Amino acid sequence: MNTTTATYTATLQKLREAGEVFMPGHRACIGCGEVLAMRQVFKTLGRDTIVACATGCMEIISSPFPTTNWDIPWIHALFENTAAVAAGIESGLGAMKRKGRGPAQEVTVVAMGGDGSTFDIGLQALSGALERGHNFIYVCFDNEGYMNTGIQRSSATPYGATTTTSPHGKNSIGQTTQKKDMPLIALAHHIPYVATATPAHPTDLARKVRKARDIKGPAFLHVFSPCPTGWGTDADLAIELCRLAVETGVFPLGECVYGKYELTKYVKELRPIRDYLRLQRRFRHLPDDIIDQIQDNVREHYEVVKRKCGIIGSAAD
Amino acid sequence: MMAKKDFELTWKEIPIGAIIHEPGNAAEYCTGDWRSQRPVLDRAKCVKCGICFSFCPEPCIVKDGEGYYVADLYYCKGCGICARECPKDAITMVQEEH
Amino acid sequence: MARRVGAEGSFAVAEAVRLADVDVVAAYPITPQTHIVERLSEMVASGELDANYIYVESEHSAISACLGAAAVGARTFTSTAGQGLELMHEVLYLTSSMRLPVVMAVADRALSGPLNVWGDHSDAMAVRDTGWIQYVAENAQEAHDLTLCAFRIGEDPQVLFPVMVHMDGFHVSHVVEPYFMFEKGELGDFLPPPKYPYPLDPNRPVTMGAFAPPAVYAECRKAQDTAIKETYGTIVKVWEEFGRRFGRQYKPVETYKTEDADTILVAIGSFNQMASVAVDNLRAGGRKVGLVRIRLWRPFPVQAFREAVQAAKNVIVFERSMTYGGTTGPVCTEVKSALYGTLHQPRVMNFIGGLGGRDMSPRQFEAMFDRAREIAEKNLEIGYETIGVRG
Repeated sequence: MNTTTATYTATLQKLREAGEVFMPGHRACIGCGEVLAMRQVFKTLGRDTIVACATGCMEIISSPFPTTNWDIPWIHALFENTAAVAAGIESGLGAMKRKGRGPAQEVTVVAMGGDGSTFDIGLQALSGALERGHNFIYVCFDNEGYMNTGIQRSSATPYGATTTTSPHGKNSIGQTTQKKDMPLIALAHHIPYVATATPAHPTDLARKVRKARDIKGPAFLHVFSPCPTGWGTDADLAIELCRLAVETGVFPLGECVYGKYELTKYVKELRPIRDYLRLQRRFRHLPDDIIDQIQDNVREHYEVVKRKCGIIGSAAD
Repeated sequence: MMAKKDFELTWKEIPIGAIIHEPGNAAEYCTGDWRSQRPVLDRAKCVKCGICFSFCPEPCIVKDGEGYYVADLYYCKGCGICARECPKDAITMVQEEH
Repeated sequence: MARRVGAEGSFAVAEAVRLADVDVVAAYPITPQTHIVERLSEMVASGELDANYIYVESEHSAISACLGAAAVGARTFTSTAGQGLELMHEVLYLTSSMRLPVVMAVADRALSGPLNVWGDHSDAMAVRDTGWIQYVAENAQEAHDLTLCAFRIGEDPQVLFPVMVHMDGFHVSHVVEPYFMFEKGELGDFLPPPKYPYPLDPNRPVTMGAFAPPAVYAECRKAQDTAIKETYGTIVKVWEEFGRRFGRQYKPVETYKTEDADTILVAIGSFNQMASVAVDNLRAGGRKVGLVRIRLWRPFPVQAFREAVQAAKNVIVFERSMTYGGTTGPVCTEVKSALYGTLHQPRVMNFIGGLGGRDMSPRQFEAMFDRAREIAEKNLEIGYETIGVRG
């Protein structure tokens, strides 16, 4: 049934020729949206990249000693210090270059982590790195929970979602707090580039990744990464969920370049939130009034985003 | 590419700092054993758009000799994203026997 | 030609870092290390030191940034004390297991609580098992020399471990002393340019920090443990070379008037200077006493230590930290462990003092020798005693 060794090495060769820098054979769940997003980001960046990665799903599935799925230089340190490690890499390369040492080519420094290591435990290190203005890209692959350790809540878990540490029950609707606005937090550091992206919009994502790479200074990319395992959906729905998240306004697709906001995909008529929620077991327990509340919150937030982008008025405009 | 398995390595064989010097050597691992369904391509419907290639999480879809995008079953976990997203419905997920 | 200058130990460290031409400094200020990092900031601003100074937002990020910089092959330095060292704790284990040659100067300081910014060894002892090479400077000259040696030792291809240079907070960091400061060209090839063998480099990609399941973690740890024990030879060789070329000889264990001593005091750090005055005073009165300085703390110089105390019937271990529920203080535990089961079994006594910056006089060291004599004569069994604590 399975192909032979000779065939898979041919596949690897073709993948490498196509510019892939992250190899298959990794241990991500079937249908993982995060590993797809990660693959797309690094394929765009190419081989002259050094990655500092946080502890989390992407680290565990790609680096079981003595093997690795990474074709590019990659370092995993701890959970909460990725931005600091990347800052060290960037500074080290810069100082060495001045003194005539290190790689001859321009190298892109990337820090990557999940929502846990970005929104929560790694927020301090991220804040420091952004404030200091290092020339690097920070990519947050957001699957809205501590998925690697078994689906626990993070401050990126959306209101109403059930997780193992925010379970719904008689006394709880699940997550009772609102998701932190991470792009805004990044922007509060006056960095030149912040963008949101999803793997369902690969050309948009690639354009933003290139922009993040080319702009001087820190860039923050917030990438929506559906987790079928943690969200309780079928394995083939990752792309559909990204699409729905954008079309319902749950995850606005935009960027902010030197303080100028733009919705890179402006959804004039937002789809009803139920189209998105009904596909996910983590929301199945929600009563109608809570869903209505979520709908209102999402619409309101989208209006705020539209105003920031200079798109004034309602969807009727 | 036949790296020793973790349970085979002696302490003297551990590289300094447990650094891995072979990029991509995890690609030996057969994730194809995981799946319960596999994608089957109807070449008559395929327009070689490459969307399945863009959306494969492994990635394991590559062009064959004629330019059709085909999943390498050594790796394919059978998630079904390619079948769902194919704009021409050229891919069908078929239950694996056994 | 080395210049004789008067400066704090802190500045002596900073000058050594400048002479080493580090690439990256990532440090967060904390008393009593602040003068080191302030001086380094000044040097970078004035151009005396061509380095990228990362003004990190915490010590955890300081050591993390150093880890990242070292991973690409940069020569890196950081410095901290007390709470800062503790905040680095988990990253310290990683820096050593990843075999990244970061150099860190620690102005040893008491750990909270209560909050105390003054010198003692509780921070140093807390990081005993983090896998770093650790040794001690007792004055400004040693701080200068040993910081320079740290880059040479850590980056040696036979070593590749991070190095911690300890010095007593305030007593060394802030006391102005005369010392010989190297001139730039004087070091010659003693400190070659850094050449980390497996950096993160797109031209030769590696993966660092893979996870090791139970099937292989133990092998990784044994490999690391064996490697750090084997660094002993290189440390000794480098110090010997330093001694030959520059006239100051450092040893893992240094002895003072121990040849015919029946009672030897063992200690780490600058209080050895007071202890040596006590030894001189007692010797003048006819007592056969001596002093052993432990300079190399990790890897612990077991053989050299056994040889240093072989003449004595009584060994006094003086130290500046507690273990709160341990049998004896951490240094005494190490000493007893080194001596247990050997042919030579002196009586080992433990005194803990100098906590939280509490100063000690030569008279108090003499008192320790007196108390040791009393314990021996009366054949008392004591675990440890505190010295200089009221009540």
